[in-house]
Amino acid sequence: MKEIVKVENLVKKYKDNMAVKNVSFTVNEGEVLAIIGSSGSGKSTVLRCMNQLEKIDGGNIKIDEDEMIKEYKNGKPMYNDKETLKKMNLKCGMVFQNFNLFPHKSIIENVTEAMITVLKMDKKEAEEKAEKLLDKMGIKDKKDAYPCNLSGGQQQRVSIARALAIEPEILFMDEPTSALDPELIGEVLKVIKKLAEEKKTMVIVTHEIQFASQVADRIIFMDKGSIIEMGTPKEVIEKPKEERTKQFLQRYLERE
Amino acid sequence: MDMSNILNLTKILLEGLGTTLSIFILTLVIGIPAGIVVAIAKNSKCKIIAWITKIYILIIRGTPMMLQIIFVYFAPYYLFRISYDRFVAVIIAFVINYAAYFAEIFRSGMVSVPKGQKEAAFTLGMTKTQTFFRISLPQIIKRILPALSNEVISLIKTTSLAQIIGITEIFALAQKQASFQFSIVPLCVAGVIYLVLCAVITFAFHKAEKKLDYYTIT
Repeated sequence: MKEIVKVENLVKKYKDNMAVKNVSFTVNEGEVLAIIGSSGSGKSTVLRCMNQLEKIDGGNIKIDEDEMIKEYKNGKPMYNDKETLKKMNLKCGMVFQNFNLFPHKSIIENVTEAMITVLKMDKKEAEEKAEKLLDKMGIKDKKDAYPCNLSGGQQQRVSIARALAIEPEILFMDEPTSALDPELIGEVLKVIKKLAEEKKTMVIVTHEIQFASQVADRIIFMDKGSIIEMGTPKEVIEKPKEERTKQFLQRYLERE
Repeated sequence: MDMSNILNLTKILLEGLGTTLSIFILTLVIGIPAGIVVAIAKNSKCKIIAWITKIYILIIRGTPMMLQIIFVYFAPYYLFRISYDRFVAVIIAFVINYAAYFAEIFRSGMVSVPKGQKEAAFTLGMTKTQTFFRISLPQIIKRILPALSNEVISLIKTTSLAQIIGITEIFALAQKQASFQFSIVPLCVAGVIYLVLCAVITFAFHKAEKKLDYYTIT
């Protein structure tokens, strides 16, 4: 199995606070990895480091054969050259908690934007491809609407289509359902499930533990910036070994 | 006060319209892009650039514009014995002044675009320039239109300060006629001309705001 992402001893500090402490894991092609944990556990930060939205303070991140950090000089990370970083960036798609759709662009323009400006695709070709993606997300009929006219669930489905438009090798999702009304969560989870069935490589940071155990091949439980437990849903959710995982799951079950 | 005098006055004053409009349009055409540059400079990570910009804005907003116009025209003469065209001096003074105000308006628009917009563009592989012109700028424009219209309306009236270094625009002509005729009618006629110009600007901004109404920013 091909290894797409390799995170080695990742460290992220905010001033003196260690947000991520020596986190290491890999993601294989076609695999769905879910990262769970309470707020402030560093799970979103890991994701943001992987797609260069945050600068890392230690360790390294490898995507395919490219490394984010070339070397360490006096303990300071020296980032790789611009072209390599751009190449790595384009291999990652990102779905945000708050969708971050472009409000001034129509739904189809949101999806075609990067195809036209970044991949330099012909406008017509881009539109055809965008329509296919929107169709897959079940939202093609809204292609001429604007984000402000869509429900949260619809917006999130558009943002998944937009992320897929650049054909990333791996899709990152940062709490894709956290900003949604309860009745809208299902429609988003459905399209994510569909992508998982198609063997799209994904890393999903989520609070939906039930969903994570259904869709993920492996689950990572994080607490206070460290990985506490990692394994199949069965291992982590059904038979957790660590005390902290048990406590977290207990709290989650009580809330449900 | 008879109609023919008013018509005649209007004709005389409108001879200054070209100058007034030239100052107005040139200040906008040069001042708005300059304001964008100043706004970006003020947000610069380079401390020296940000600091210089802050001092520039402080001086411009903190001193009378009349003084600035006189300074721009006469200072080169007193310092280096260089004299140059009055109209050029007025345009330089107006651009320097209005760029500072436009910059502050623009900056308020820049900080109001959510960080997530830039992040989304970045993860899609867009360059910083593409992100600025295609993602941020259209949203900034929508947000700042009301504040910008205020400033543009004030500009059309402020052009009357150009007469301080001997530029003959509408208000200079009106004052001349007022002392000829020993009457305030010429000044009132000038007032009506400014009012009409402002009405046109207000209408144009209203149209622009309407045009951008097709989406709301959440």
